[in-house]
Amino acid sequence: MTPLTPPPARRIQLREPTVIDPPPGGVVGPAAGAPAIGGVAARNGRGRASAAQVTERMRIESVSLAYGDKWVVRDVSLPVRQGEVLALIGASGSGKTTLLRSLNRLTEITAGASRAGRVTLDGEEIERIEVNELRRRISMVFQQPNPFPMSIFENVAYALREEHAARRDRKRRGRRGRQELEPAVIDAVRRAGLYDEVADDLDRPALRLSGGQQQRLCIARALAAGPEVLLLDEPCSALDPISTATIEQQIVSLRESVAIVIVTHNLQQAMRVADHVAFMHLGELVEYGTSEQVFEHPAMERTREYIGGAFG
Amino acid sequence: MATAPVAAGLKPPAKPRSKPRDSISSWPWTDRIAYVLCWAAGIGLCLIAAWIVLYMAIKGISYLKPSLLVQSPVGSPDQSGSGGFLDPIEGTFLVTAIGIVVAAPLGVAVAVWLSEFGRPAGLARAVESGVETIAGTPSVVLAIFGLLIFSKSFLAFLSQTSAGGAVFGRSFLTAGLIMSLLAIPLIVGATREALAQIPAHVREASYALGKTKATTIRRVLLPSVRPSIASGITLGMGRIIGDTAIIVILLGASLRLEGAGGAPILSILRGTGSTLTSYVKENSPAGEGNAPQKAYAAAFVLLVIVIALNAIVMRLSRAGARADGTL
Repeated sequence: MTPLTPPPARRIQLREPTVIDPPPGGVVGPAAGAPAIGGVAARNGRGRASAAQVTERMRIESVSLAYGDKWVVRDVSLPVRQGEVLALIGASGSGKTTLLRSLNRLTEITAGASRAGRVTLDGEEIERIEVNELRRRISMVFQQPNPFPMSIFENVAYALREEHAARRDRKRRGRRGRQELEPAVIDAVRRAGLYDEVADDLDRPALRLSGGQQQRLCIARALAAGPEVLLLDEPCSALDPISTATIEQQIVSLRESVAIVIVTHNLQQAMRVADHVAFMHLGELVEYGTSEQVFEHPAMERTREYIGGAFG
Repeated sequence: MATAPVAAGLKPPAKPRSKPRDSISSWPWTDRIAYVLCWAAGIGLCLIAAWIVLYMAIKGISYLKPSLLVQSPVGSPDQSGSGGFLDPIEGTFLVTAIGIVVAAPLGVAVAVWLSEFGRPAGLARAVESGVETIAGTPSVVLAIFGLLIFSKSFLAFLSQTSAGGAVFGRSFLTAGLIMSLLAIPLIVGATREALAQIPAHVREASYALGKTKATTIRRVLLPSVRPSIASGITLGMGRIIGDTAIIVILLGASLRLEGAGGAPILSILRGTGSTLTSYVKENSPAGEGNAPQKAYAAAFVLLVIVIALNAIVMRLSRAGARADGTL
């Protein structure tokens, strides 16, 4: 095996065993890019999720975002569907993270940020939804694993507790106790693929977990409140390849139950997990299409350059 | 580390090198002098600290009798008849407790406001320089100011009022309140610095779960900075326990706890007393009590109390932090 050839990217397959392509024979160096992509097409046996399983959750309609008077996202329109993973790719500064953060109105905490255009969640404009309610329905996982300084159990239960419920209300129902929360917490931890590793001791401090486990705990936390959309902002960029693979596996298996948008710098990751890919450049949406379209037959010259450059 | 050779022919170094290759003899002479001075400064400080503790321990223990800890002081021209210093010990704990009970919540609140809200910016700057001003004010100035304020008739409930209607202004409450000003800047500083070190994405992670700012502060940020709050409190306690000026001016420095009369606990809080610092000052060769042996014994007790309190607070906060995994 030539050490310079990047490992071939392939789709994550859910139930079938995964087969690793032999590296394209005799091709070394920059030219190796094209056959590697071709190899993906050949291997991609998973196919699209069938139309019946895919439901549109969010619609982004000509959204533009600015910090002060500097535009960072211009006129982007995209659908976000449950049953598939949408990957936002592009170079640094292309506005993908800003676009992602605008979906749960997290951009609003940045002073001077403004937005134009329409974003809807299940047909309802996100401005019209109370912001904390919106963020329970559209949850987010960040680049750095950031569990809170409490136990594993409490980290997930934190998302479930309604802290700001009216005092009168809380008195009537009592503060939700551990027993009441336990099934939901365990379910979330299981869906994030962490349960087997922590089942024996959910009361361990979360900060004692490894980086990859912490990030899966963050995913569990984000899943706990039963969101409709899960936003992932480069969730694996601080992790090692094995943790990354575990999380990617979870992402793919979660897409049936929650719409997923993932921002990634890692094109191979986008190829492994995404069904649809949106390529952004300098705040503009250059190309949007299925993973195959974007990676194998990019329509735009800039997409071709970006993908080719990253592989070459 | 790495004792077993991984592959044949790869041997571990025969002898682990104990000195860095970069020997000081290759340094320019200015750097060498600075290096020696750094060492000297560190070791010198260590020696001074050890000297203080050892000297006070020897002096203190030789004069310390258990009876001193349980007897109240008595006014006497001769130190054989002047009793112990139970009241000053109680006074020390009481003033420190009042000061910290007031300062801790206020200090944490100010730090949270400055770090998490801090708007309008002008007000934040004003608060910041206010805290700095208090930190820089000599305690004797604070004490005089306190005497002025607490002698006003609308604050008479904090101390005693003489038959003629003059408000005394001196009591555990007034001294404790002014003492809290010594601790607040230290608690604000420690808490604020720790809050500033929490990365923004941790706050965002909480907001992204649909949590309000208040919930985020209460459930995520404050638990994260608990060790720092504790060390701020420890520093503040050290300032309060060690202060003499405020005790002499605002606590009356009466030999015993002199209650103000009325409800039992309130009586003491509104009454006067002294602490170990003022006791040491009065009885030292420089003071009027003329009981230097008791001054040494009391000074040693004071030192032990400070060291013990520091250890307890740090231990408590570490236990909490360990349970949270922040340590």
